[in-house]
Amino acid sequence: MAESPFKADIERVQKEYSEKMTPGAIATIPGSSVVNKTGSWRVFMPEFNRDKCVRCYLCYIYCPEPAIYLDEENYPVFDYDYCKGCGVCANECPTDAIIMVRETK
Amino acid sequence: MPIRKVMKANEAAAWAAKLAKPKVIAAFPITPSTLVPEKISEFVADGELDAEFIKVESEHSAISACVGASAAGVRTFTATASQGLALMHEILFIAAGMRLPIVIAVGNRALSAPINIWNDWQDTISERDTGWLQFYAENNQEALDLILIAYKVAENEKVLLPAMVGFDAFILTHTVEPVEIPDQELVDEFLGEYEPKYAYLDPSRPITQGTLAFPAHYMEARYTVWEANENARKVIDEAFAEFEKRFGRKYQKIEEYRTDDAEIIFVTMGSLAGTVKEYVDHLREQGIKVGAAKMTVYRPFPIEEVRALAKKAKVIALLEKNITFSVGGALFQDFSRALINESEKPKIVDFILGLGGRDVTFRDLDEALAIAQKALNGEAVDEVNWIGLRKEIL
Ligand code: SF4
Ligand code: SF4
Repeated sequence: MAESPFKADIERVQKEYSEKMTPGAIATIPGSSVVNKTGSWRVFMPEFNRDKCVRCYLCYIYCPEPAIYLDEENYPVFDYDYCKGCGVCANECPTDAIIMVRETK
Repeated sequence: MPIRKVMKANEAAAWAAKLAKPKVIAAFPITPSTLVPEKISEFVADGELDAEFIKVESEHSAISACVGASAAGVRTFTATASQGLALMHEILFIAAGMRLPIVIAVGNRALSAPINIWNDWQDTISERDTGWLQFYAENNQEALDLILIAYKVAENEKVLLPAMVGFDAFILTHTVEPVEIPDQELVDEFLGEYEPKYAYLDPSRPITQGTLAFPAHYMEARYTVWEANENARKVIDEAFAEFEKRFGRKYQKIEEYRTDDAEIIFVTMGSLAGTVKEYVDHLREQGIKVGAAKMTVYRPFPIEEVRALAKKAKVIALLEKNITFSVGGALFQDFSRALINESEKPKIVDFILGLGGRDVTFRDLDEALAIAQKALNGEAVDEVNWIGLRKEIL
């Protein structure tokens, strides 16, 4: 899987946040949404079938998180750290290239 | 030169706020503390206090506005009582958790139902677990002084917690006494400017306040509130000492009165302390060895001072205008915690009295004394006793 384009940002914010609790748990730099991995409460996860994908980017546009980015060939990539399993992408996909499957841990 | 004026505790609280120069005051009127924001709005309207006075539609909004303003980095103030404080409840936790040094003046009043506008301490006592610091005034001068001290402690970098100062409904809020108004210059020197290190708004320095904390961080965040409360013990002593140096009035977390050779010590808070001191004088004339102690600071609970006090007496008689169901009064629980592992400890007898503005008379105190004396003589007594209860209508 392609690497998240936000990897450097994520690491910077994670480092800052893990260092010291500020009074009032203030996030002293922007980006707390990066640290709070919303993927942890997912029940269903999107499963992607590359063969069916026509690269229309509807999933990419509609993902509310946004947990979908595009790889070098402009195919969607799902970031499961932040995908909260809402199923919007699967519903929007015109070719059924995305289906929601129950996640087991 | 400080000036002396005859005023109600409500006005004294407004004067304290004026002297502390908050930038934002948000308030909603509620009996018995309505006069506090009324007086402050006069100060603002007359140009004597340069502040934003926000008229809100409820106490929930009043404290929310204070949280917003305090998070933006300025000194804030509000006043309330009873149901109004209860309506602030959820935001009180937020203010403490966000470590915002807001100060509230509370005219201590009973909670409904039945509706009752008179004095007891149930309103503030019910908020003892929010993380807020709590001070209780015996008279109008203390109402003024403790608000200034509350700011000093709340804004200390090691504390950064909000604080409430309670003064008894009507007994103090609406009764006039001479009050010394300290010089503005001296107050300015005492308090200084509020310069928050973390919690302030600056577009060039984006931060997030009131963050979401996952299980990995929440517990640590709560611990820091605990730690700040612990730190406050020392900071309060320092603030009291500095206040005494500058203004000449001495405060202690627990103020003792004729306790040195006392066998029974009555412990109480607020204006009742005045009555109890009189009562102690009256008993001493009869040769009865009693003393009094007044809790000026209730949160953080002065555990060490309670232990020192307990060493002086054979019986500690707690006089409380609040009730915590199943276990007695709140002080009874706190004293139990402070003394549970002490090798030698006095008997603790709890008295619930004066709820909803019921007058506490010497006759009531005689009733409490008789039970305390039984305990002193080794007789079995109830741990929790309701004093002055009209059993004939039950
Ligand atoms: S399931 Fe929802 S959150 Fe996850 S990738 Fe699809 S649209 Fe985004
Ligand atoms: S919506 Fe479906 S077809 Fe379109 S890019 Fe996404 S996965 Fe591919």
